[in-house]
This record gives sequence, structure tokens and C-alpha cells, in this order.
Amino acid sequence: MTDTPVAGKLPGTGATRPGLAATLSRRAQDLLLSDYFVLYLSLAYFIILIPFLPNLSNPANISNILSNMWPLLVVATGQTFVLTVGGIDLSQGSVIGLTSVIAGALLATAASGSVLANAPIWGIIISEEGGLLAGHTGAIWIGIAAMLATAALIGAINGISVAVLNMPPFMVTLVGLIVYGALAIWLTQSENIRPLPESFIQLGKGDIVSVYLGEQDEPRIPRRQIYSFVTYPMLIAVGIAIAASILLSRTVFGRYVYAIGANRRAAEISGVPVRRVIVAVFVISALCAAAGSILYSARLEGGRPTLGEGAFLLDVIGAVVIGGTSLFGGRGRILWTVFGVLFFVLLSNTLNLMNLSSFHIDMVKGGVILGAAMLNVLRERLIRERSR
Amino acid sequence: MSHLLTLQDLSKAFFGVHAVQGVTLNIPEGAVTGLIGENGAGKSTLMNMIGGIHQPTSGSMYWRDTPYTPRDTAAATETGIAFIHQELNLFYNLTISENLFIDGFPKRLGLIDRKAIDSRTRELLKLLDLDLAPDTLLGELSPGERQLVEIAKALHREAELIIFDEPTTSLTPREIERLFEVIDRLRSNGKTVIFISHVLGDVERLCDHIAVMRDGQLVAEGPTSDFGIPEMIQAMIGRELSALFPDRTAQPGAEIVAEAINLTQPGVMKDVSFQIRSGEILGLFGLMGSGRSELARVLFGLDPVASGEIKLGGKPLSGGPQARIRAGLAFVTENRREEGLLMDAPISDNLSLVSISRFGRTPLNLVDRPGIAQATADISDQVTLKAGDISVQPAKALSGGNQQKVVIGKWLMEDPRLFILDEPTRGVDVGAKYEIYTLADRLAAEGGAVLIISSELEELMGMCDRIMVMNQGEIIDTFAEKPWSQKAILAAAFREVAA
Repeated sequence: MTDTPVAGKLPGTGATRPGLAATLSRRAQDLLLSDYFVLYLSLAYFIILIPFLPNLSNPANISNILSNMWPLLVVATGQTFVLTVGGIDLSQGSVIGLTSVIAGALLATAASGSVLANAPIWGIIISEEGGLLAGHTGAIWIGIAAMLATAALIGAINGISVAVLNMPPFMVTLVGLIVYGALAIWLTQSENIRPLPESFIQLGKGDIVSVYLGEQDEPRIPRRQIYSFVTYPMLIAVGIAIAASILLSRTVFGRYVYAIGANRRAAEISGVPVRRVIVAVFVISALCAAAGSILYSARLEGGRPTLGEGAFLLDVIGAVVIGGTSLFGGRGRILWTVFGVLFFVLLSNTLNLMNLSSFHIDMVKGGVILGAAMLNVLRERLIRERSR
Repeated sequence: MSHLLTLQDLSKAFFGVHAVQGVTLNIPEGAVTGLIGENGAGKSTLMNMIGGIHQPTSGSMYWRDTPYTPRDTAAATETGIAFIHQELNLFYNLTISENLFIDGFPKRLGLIDRKAIDSRTRELLKLLDLDLAPDTLLGELSPGERQLVEIAKALHREAELIIFDEPTTSLTPREIERLFEVIDRLRSNGKTVIFISHVLGDVERLCDHIAVMRDGQLVAEGPTSDFGIPEMIQAMIGRELSALFPDRTAQPGAEIVAEAINLTQPGVMKDVSFQIRSGEILGLFGLMGSGRSELARVLFGLDPVASGEIKLGGKPLSGGPQARIRAGLAFVTENRREEGLLMDAPISDNLSLVSISRFGRTPLNLVDRPGIAQATADISDQVTLKAGDISVQPAKALSGGNQQKVVIGKWLMEDPRLFILDEPTRGVDVGAKYEIYTLADRLAAEGGAVLIISSELEELMGMCDRIMVMNQGEIIDTFAEKPWSQKAILAAAFREVAA
């Protein structure tokens, strides 16, 4: 939300190179500028790799790719709003960890003193009998409400710091990443809290439609041969993405987000409620992080303070940017983010199938993000040339 | 007189559309050539070819009778051409001398030879009568001084031909005077100048020759003595413009629409009071730094004010821009690139921005897209916008005049009671100016009040019912009698006010 450099505006770079529009065929240009470009890219990548990685197209693997997509999509949806308004939210990672701890501390059905005895919450919120809400009716809904409320508070603090106090979003949310992350780890002394109630775990794993592809005559279906496709996480993620897409592209609020991202000062003079919108956007981002935390915690069956740490933010921001949302604000779409997330998850999955170590995976991922950023530059240049 | 640069049947097409077509022109050495034309006439494209930014589609150029084919800007600089753009190519975080030497520092023992660059810089600054230390940061200079530094840079590179693109738009009258003295001096030192401007009076005063472009072609050319301002205008727009200003269609009414009472903000303004009636166009004249734009920002709630009151329709105004827009205020900022437009967004998004909340449909506040398309198309007609598909074309693709119409147009759906226009015709060509004046008249005729802030006294005298003069944060005088006394108004604006 601070003044961002605009490509081509730097002194001395006024000269234009031979037009990109002239060197690319019309069809290639249309493809590059299409909303579905990253989807085509993902499909092409998928098809090309099938001969080399036969397991890639296994139902089990596809089910796995999908299950990795949903929580990331939920978090990336929130990030899309922040990037579109011209900001960045690094604190999403720590919001996930902190809210996961809250889920554990409130909902755990039991806990072990030998693991958690040193944690400051031991004996206050959580004990041998489990979390504060263990055994209460409707506990998981209260627990989820607590997670969302915490996230909303953090989002509001971020938003107010940026919109009202005019602090740079990078700084504000970087501090958030450090502080809330440390808080989460301190609360449990870095220990995971488990087990969580089955009804909560269902949110991260529960199948609605699953496919059995094993032998028909076996009396009992082995668990590993059931491949789930329509799951609770899928419904939750798709629901959030559709709602977010409508909010961003069809509502007055969404128009405000684009206007502020494109030119905050012009938006302010035009009567756009700039501060309110920015605060709301950061709240949305944190809420999406918390929703992602619900899916991750449920899937991992525990409250984990280290959820969302490390290279996770790379996945989130990388997926959004690969989708085509601008890091400088004013351009972004939830649909793009859906495809960006698909591409990213597919990428991680194929690298895993190649039996690369996690270090290699991160190195390759970094290279792919760089390549995607390059493609984005080409797209921006093409848009500029076409509009001249 | 010999020719420094000759353009022979020069053309440039973008995507098959000619921006410049068959221009043949001689630039005489040691003289100032004025290049005029409406926005989009092809002046910039022509100059960009000379400056090596664009390459001609056909035709040729000769520099001192040898073929000249610059591949890039570096080649043009090498040849001896300096291009001073409207937006200066300077680094505000570096010093004057660093700016001059940015493309090649003399070194001593591997480090920058500060002494050498400072002494050379002092020499160049002296040539321009610029009394500044070489290690002054560029960011601390006024716009006029920055421009002189850009000229110093051209001299440092021993440019023979210096092209000025709209050099006066952000200068005060005094700075303009100084710039003209410098250009005169460059000419007497044998330098050649191409001067592009919309201010025809300046062109008449400064230039030896004039070339007029229209629709990519050179339509008139000759010594300045062959041209009067009416002839220049006729050549530029291809028809006779009966007047520079439209006739006013309404008289001010009796109702006081807006009122400022003793607005005071220490260091910015003092005891500013005035009233505007319905149907009235009130002019606010002042030099840069007189507080005129600050007053507009205070009226609109963008800047704070320590004491005083602003009333609109008898009710006191408070709060930020949002509340004041709702009360009936509209503000066309002087800075349309930074504050007026979403440059990358489609024209229709710009036109609907102020009134977008009117298009929210319950229960989800979804925007009524057909409604917006209809309303923005209407506005686009009302302001006689010349554009392609407004739902696709970005604002930045428009010419300056049409961009300004968008900035004005985005307020029209609100039916504002008081329209504040800050420098509404800056960087806008003659034809579009006329259309903007016509819009201002219409707003007044429909019962609104219009406050025009301008540093062009002529346009205020042409359009306003009264002219207030601001000087060092105070309203010094208000003139109402026609014919206007230009002398008295200027005297009030320039008068030294006891602090």
C-alpha cells in the first residue's frame, strides 16, 4: 500500500523494445492472456509427465493431489484479497499455527502430562481430561468460533496498522509472523496437542463420495483402496472460493478493493472508504488462514504450533502470484488463484514422485516461481502493448 | 541558415495505424523551432523517432546532411541530441553532480573523483545562472530548478539539439521566465532547440520557426512572423475556432451554495473567506505555493484546518472526502495521474468509481453491471469522450484531454452542488480545453457552483464571473468587474505580502 515501483517508470528505462505483440502470434497472445492460462499449463504439465511418472495418474495420487489442494486454496484465497488491494500478508502462517493451538487446547479429548506439563496452558486450559471444552455439546463449533475470532482480531490489528497508522504491510505482517508464531510455540512449548474429537477430524478428512477400485469379490474393503474425491475439505474450500470470488468480482466491496489496489490516493479522493476496506481485507485474509488451519489441524488430528511455518508462505504467495494476481495490487482473481494452487500442488506432487529430497523440492519450486514471475512480466508487457 | 536535422518523408505506424505520416521538415541550426498540435497529433511520436526511442516505419533522417538512424536513446545522445521530457529523467535521491555524471563518473584510484565532478558541475550551473551547491540533493529543488539541472545534463553531454516537451506545465511564472532566458541564451550560443508546447503565447514569444502537426501530418510550417495565435489554432484543429472560450449561458443566481468562513491553518492559509452562488463560476488565481491547491484540499477534507468553517447549502461540512461527496462536493484534482485516475483500469471503472455504491443491489450488494454500462456510456456521451470500448480500454490509453474528461465525468452521476476544478486544462490541447470550459458552463447553468483554480489567468478571465487572488495563503483581492484588469490581478498575485 506504499508507493510501489511500476515497471517502465524508472528513469532511463523509457525506451521500448521491439513489440512483444509483433513477435507472438495472435493465438499465443490470447492463450497467454487467458484467465485459464495456468489451468492449461497445469494440464499440459500433467499430461507430459504421465509417461515418466506412471503413478501420477493413479486414482490414489489424484485423490492425494486434491486433498493437498483444498487447505492451501482456502489460505491463498485470503492472500489474493490482500495482494489485490496492494498489500501482502505474511502473518497468515503464524495465524494458522496459533489457531491450531487454540483448537487443540480447547478441543483435545485427552492430554498427556508428560508431554505438556511444561506448557503455560497446562492446568489452566488443558489437563489430563483434555481441553477446556472437552465433552461439552457443540464444543467444536465453539472451538471454531474461538479460532475465527482470534484470527479476526489479528487481521484487524494488521489492517488498522496498515490503513490507519500507514505502516507498510510487509513490516506489519512480518512482525505478526514472528510474534504470533512465537506465541503459538510458547503456549505448548512446541508440543503437539492430541487427540482431537472425531467430529472435528471429519472436517479435514471426511469423505462424502469415494471410489473403490479394488477387487470386487473381497469381503472387506481395505482402507488404502478407498479413494476419496468429494470430501468435507473440498466442500469447505470450494464454498469459500466461490463466495470469495463473488465478493471480489461482483460486489461494491470488490470494486473498492480493485480501486484501492490500482491507486489508493485516487480511490480516497473518489470517496472510497479506503481504511475500512483495507481493514476488512486483512480480516478476510486472517479468517481464511484460520479456516485453512481448521482443515490442516483436522487432517493432522492435532493442534500443532508449527503449522504454517517455514516454506508454507512460499506456497501460498507463490500459488497466488503464479495464478496471475499482481504483487503490486489492482489485478487479481480468485479463479486465477484456484489454478495457481492446482499448479503448485501438482508441482510438489510430481517432485515428490521423483523421489527428490525436500531440499531439492524447494530449489526446484523456487525456480518454477521465478519462471512464473517471468511469464507474468511477459503478460503485463503484452497487456501494456495491447492497450497502447 | 544551415539545417542541423532534416526529416525526409518520415512515417511511423503502430499496429498498422499511422501515428506520423510523411513528415518532411528541416530543423534550422542555432534557432528555436516550435512544434505544436493537439494531443494525439503525432508530436511525441515524431520526437521519439528523433530521440531514438521509436524507429521509423519509413522515411529517413539526416544529421548535418549525413544519414542519421539512431537505434536507441544512447545513439541519439551520442549524436548530440538531448530530450527533456515532461517527466524528468532525474534521480531525486542523488545530488546534482551525481545526476549529471550518472552515465560515466570520472574516477581517481577507482573511486569517484568528487572534486572533478563538483567543479564541472559548478561550471555548468554557472552557465545557467543557477546558484546551487553541486552536492545539493535533487529532491530539495523546485520543479523549475530540476528542469535547469536536466538542461545542465544536456550541456554536459555537449548536446547540439535540445528537445523540450511541454517544459512549462509545472513551473511558476517566474520559473518560466527564467527557463525562457536560458533558452534564449542557448540559442545565442549556437544551440538548436525544439520547443513543444500547448501554450501558444509562449511559442509565439520564444520560437523563430513554427511547425504545426495534425493527425500525424505536418500541416503548416514557417517563420513565426507568418503566424498569429488564431492562425496556429486554425492549423492545429483544421477549422476556425470562433473563440477560445464558449459563451456563458447563465448568470449567477441569488442562492449562496457554498461558503468558507475564516479558514486558517498555520503556515498554509490565513482567514480565507468567500462565497459562491448558484450558477456562478468563481476563479481562484495564484502562483504556485500561494495556497490555492491547499485551499482545494481543505475544502474537500483531505487536509486539516485549524479553525474556520465551510458551509454547503447552509449546512456546515465536516469529515473526510466521503462525507463531503455525499453532501454535494466534487473535486477534480490537479494531479490526474497520481490522484485522479486508476490509469490501468478500464475507463468505465473510472467513470463509475465515485458512484459505485449506487449500483449495489441488495441483499449481497452485488453490482448492477448492465446499469453501470448504461450509466457510464451516458456520461461518456455527456463529456464528449473520444475513446474506444470504455469497458476495456484503460484510462492511460487516452490523450490528456480525454483523461481529464474522465476525471470530470466520474463526478457527474452525483449531481454535485459545488465543483472544484484544480488546473482543469493543464496539459490539455485547445480543442479539449474548449470542451472542458463548455462542461464547466453547463454545470453552472444547471444551478451548480464552480470553483476553478488555475495558473492560467487567461482562462479565468475567459470563464469566470469573479476572480479571487490568493497570495501567501491569503485572499488578497477579489475582482468582479469586466473588462478585467489583467495588470491589477497580476499585481495582486505577485505582491509581496508582509508576513
